[in-house]
Amino acid sequence: MEKVIEVQNLTKKFGDLAAVDNINFEVFEGEVFGFLGPNGAGKTTTISILTTLLTPTSGEAKVAGFDVAREKDMVRGSIGLIFQEPSLDEDLTALENLKIHAALYHLSGDLYQKRSQEMLKMVELWNRRGELVKNYSGGMQRRLEVARGLLHHPRILFMDEPTLGLDPQTRNKIWDYVLDLHKREKITIFLTTHYMDEAEYCDRVAIIDYGKIVAAGTPKQLKEKTKAKTMNDVFLELTGRDIRDEGATRLEKMKSRMRGRFH
Amino acid sequence: MQTLNDIYIIWYREVLRFWHNKPRIISSLAMPFLWLVMFGSGMRGTFQLFGAQEGFDFIQFLFPGVIGMTVLMTSLFSSISIVRDREFGFLREILVAPVSRASIALGKILGGATVAMLQGLLMLVLAPLVNVRLGVGMVLALPPAIFLVSFALASLGMVVASRLRSTEGFQMVMNLFMMPMFFLSGALFPLVNVPRWMEILSKVNPATYGVDLIRQVTFHFLAVPSAIAETFKITIFGVKLGVVEDLIIVSFFAFLFVLLGVWSFAKAEQ
Repeated sequence: MEKVIEVQNLTKKFGDLAAVDNINFEVFEGEVFGFLGPNGAGKTTTISILTTLLTPTSGEAKVAGFDVAREKDMVRGSIGLIFQEPSLDEDLTALENLKIHAALYHLSGDLYQKRSQEMLKMVELWNRRGELVKNYSGGMQRRLEVARGLLHHPRILFMDEPTLGLDPQTRNKIWDYVLDLHKREKITIFLTTHYMDEAEYCDRVAIIDYGKIVAAGTPKQLKEKTKAKTMNDVFLELTGRDIRDEGATRLEKMKSRMRGRFH
Repeated sequence: MQTLNDIYIIWYREVLRFWHNKPRIISSLAMPFLWLVMFGSGMRGTFQLFGAQEGFDFIQFLFPGVIGMTVLMTSLFSSISIVRDREFGFLREILVAPVSRASIALGKILGGATVAMLQGLLMLVLAPLVNVRLGVGMVLALPPAIFLVSFALASLGMVVASRLRSTEGFQMVMNLFMMPMFFLSGALFPLVNVPRWMEILSKVNPATYGVDLIRQVTFHFLAVPSAIAETFKITIFGVKLGVVEDLIIVSFFAFLFVLLGVWSFAKAEQ
């Protein structure tokens, strides 16, 4: 199988702190790859480097065969990204947000018409497509964000905690769609998640902690290795039971407020 | 073609946002209205008191100045949209897309310039209130002139916005720039018989030539007596600037600032 993501000795430092510390892994074409880890472990930093939003301090990463630091435009053309933090234009309608996304990814008019309808129906926002996004609830915005990320059927889809704060019904629905898309279009999926039941969907996972990869393999292999029954136990076994304090930045505070709102 | 499409879609979003925000469009008339009616009427008396020339009305001078003021403020401030996108996360959506940094910056500048032009042209609805007569010629000649000025100043705004991460910071820095630029632009009073330091500062101020361009175009169509129009003209190295000279100078600034703006954005967001 072809490697679509290759990471070698990748390091990202913020001052003295190594958010990502000399990691190595690879993802094969057509895989669902889970990148797991506690808060502040380096998941988002890794995704940001792989999607060209951050430049690595040292090491190398290739996505779709292109170097993420030197061939940014080629990488950008091969990927899609569902962000962890809000990134919608709240002053526009849902449909306008999708329209701009479609244009940025050079989708034809017909394809945009067909897909936007398909996506908005999936996340059950079709009837409210003409409303300004700022009038949406947090959960609706999240659903729209997912719909937008899937709109252009990228070769590699990055999802940074895509179902954070969604109810089980919506999570199910989105997963059904993502897995179906994965099968139909052979899209490679790279996701980070906190929900260990979602890790079970993955062909392979890597667990990162304090910037280093502590384990990698299929969920089955990891369960055997740690003699655990569920991925949840595997996760706790490998990363410990202490609660992580990731330093409350402004975005973190907002995120925890949002989580509170959804619970 | 791809590049044009990318620039277009960034531009389209700016204009769409403007269109969605109709209350802002209406409220943007309030300040210029106050300047024109209250400040203008007051000053008109003063000018006459000190023996203004026959056939000249201060309102005719102030009206294009108020258009210039609106264009100056709107276009300089338009780049706040980059800072706001950065703050609210939408910029990342644009940045991971396969779109060049130059296209993003150009789309933003063109969008800001378009919005500033529309805001400036909106001032024309105030004309009947202050007895300024609009003609077809003026209404046709002003948009391109205003757009050029808006484009130059929106590009200058981009230079500032590229480096800033919070909208509060942007507003602070921008106000620091904008108010002196506004007062020294000749929008409110003629830049004749002013102290030497002020004359020098106003002549290095790019906005001066933009305001003057808008004013000279307006004067032309208002048929302001040439003797009066002459007295307001800016002189540089012994040359009195007319419409053509203003056009050349503003185009030069536009070219310089757009290069700087695109360069600094591309440098800040690689």
